[in-house]
Formats: sequence, C-alpha cells, structure tokens
Amino acid sequence: MKMELIQPFINAADAVLAQGLHSPTTIGNLTMEEEAYRRKGVAALVAVTGDIEGRMIVDLDPQTAVKVASHFAGSELPESDTLVRETVCELANQVVGNAITALNDQGFHFRVHPPELHTSDQGGRSSEDTEAVVICFETSSGAVFMNIALRYNLRRQADRAARSGT
Amino acid sequence: MEQFAAIKRSKDGQPVRYLVVDDSVFARKNLARMIETFGGQIAGEAGDGMTAISEYDRTNPDIVLMDITMPQMEGIEAAEKIVLSHPDARIVMVSSVGYQENIVAALQRGARHFVQKPVKAEVLYEVIKYVLGEDGAVANAAGAGA
Repeated sequence: MKMELIQPFINAADAVLAQGLHSPTTIGNLTMEEEAYRRKGVAALVAVTGDIEGRMIVDLDPQTAVKVASHFAGSELPESDTLVRETVCELANQVVGNAITALNDQGFHFRVHPPELHTSDQGGRSSEDTEAVVICFETSSGAVFMNIALRYNLRRQADRAARSGT
Repeated sequence: MEQFAAIKRSKDGQPVRYLVVDDSVFARKNLARMIETFGGQIAGEAGDGMTAISEYDRTNPDIVLMDITMPQMEGIEAAEKIVLSHPDARIVMVSSVGYQENIVAALQRGARHFVQKPVKAEVLYEVIKYVLGEDGAVANAAGAGA
C-alpha cells in the first residue's frame, strides 16, 4: 500500500484525536500486518468503495476506549455503556471522513459506508494487493490503533481513463 | 464546554428548536450538548433519513442538523425530500466527509450550509446565526461568557 494513501488517514486521526482529547498525540510504530487481523478491544470498521476500496479499523483496548469515550462525552462513562462503543464508531467515521476528503482533493472518488462495530476476534488475512498497515497513536488516554487495508480499484481507474480518452 | 450568548427566535423570543439527525448516538448527544450552550432546544432526533422526514413533519423545527452517511436513506436525499415539501426548511449538513462534490450536492438539493466533523462549537454557532439570519437574534450576553 502506498504512503500517499496512508498519510491522509494518519493526518486525520491525529487531528480528530487531538481535538477530541484536547491534547496532542504521538504517532508511534507503523507496521505491516500479514497475519489475520486480531481485535484488541473495542473496534469499529468503516468500509470504503470507489477508486480505492477496502476498510479501516479503529481499535482500542477496553480501558482506553472508556477513557477516550469519557473524554469525548465530557463525563465519566462505565465500561458497559453503549456510548463507549458508539464513540469508537464515530471516531472511526470522523477519521475516514476527513481522510477521504483529503484524498478526494487529489482526484480519488469514494463512497464511505456507515461504521460498524467489529465484534469478531479475528478478521480476514491481508493479501498482496490489500496489505494492512497498523499505526499506533499514543494519546493521553492510552494507545489507539488504526488498521488500514486499502487497494486501488484498477477497473474503475481503467474505466475512467477510457471515458476521458487518456 | 464554552457557553455562548443564547440565540433566540426573533418572532417570539423563544429558544431555537433543532432536529438532530445522525446515526451515531454519540454524535447526536455531542450536538445536543452544543445546542444547549447556544440556548437552543432539541425538538427531535432521528438516526436515519427516513425518520428525519417524519420527525420534521411532526416537530417543525427551526433548524435541522443533518449527517450525510447514514443507513436506509442518506442525509442529502433526506434534505432534498424535506425541502421539497417544506421549502423554508433550514438544513445544515454536518458530516466528516467534507469534499467539494458532497458540499455542492447538498447545497444544490436545498441544504443551507455545511459543517465538517469533528464539529467545533464556535463554528457551528456562527453557522446557525448565519442560517437563521433575521429570524434569529442573539440575546444580551448577560451571564454568558461568549
């Protein structure tokens, strides 16, 4: 996966987390994940279709999820609260939305799907054309993991090139 | 959260009534908290475009805050349907997907403005004042720390 696809997601997550938590984040390790995705705690998945397709998962261990959600909500939430999971979904939605906005400015066209709670412990394996990148953001509330697996939709690109005669 | 000088309806001095439409409960609560700091009142809530249309008919709000990406019916389509039957409806799109095509599509179908998520209260406040125009009045800021 090319860095030009990843960078808007990093920028968006950095901005959304910093604004919501009222403190700066530190971008930690960036790793490629070849094995099947293993959920760490409360995770939300947003699917993207269009010129680039795939999915992005935001994943937080349960304690961090509670701290982040409480910060965003402005009051202490219990771990069992639905609002904790809702907040992680909305966090994923905002990161993808802002990243897609930046990528759209570069000429890519997408459709963003509503976020879903990712409940299975394990996800699909990455493949050669949809390798996953995992980025860890260190925040004042704990580590927030972002797992991105995207690939260029070559058929759509070819169709558009044919239509424009290039 | 910061407190703003209350925005009231010019015609009767009553709080501005809002319909908040978002599939995320978190996002709705967050907007509701901001509306409270603007001195507004929640007239209704909806989690998808279909419900937004029926809630608009039921509550007749002064302002609609409408998400775009939602299940069943997306916000732009719902905005268009509401404006078709209520041409004076004031709809502000509130979405994380803020690219130009989306904004233009929303405005062409009747939305009055667009605010990108994450929402900053001060930005939303200014947009609300702008969209209400002469139908809104900022109350004297006695006791408010705007």
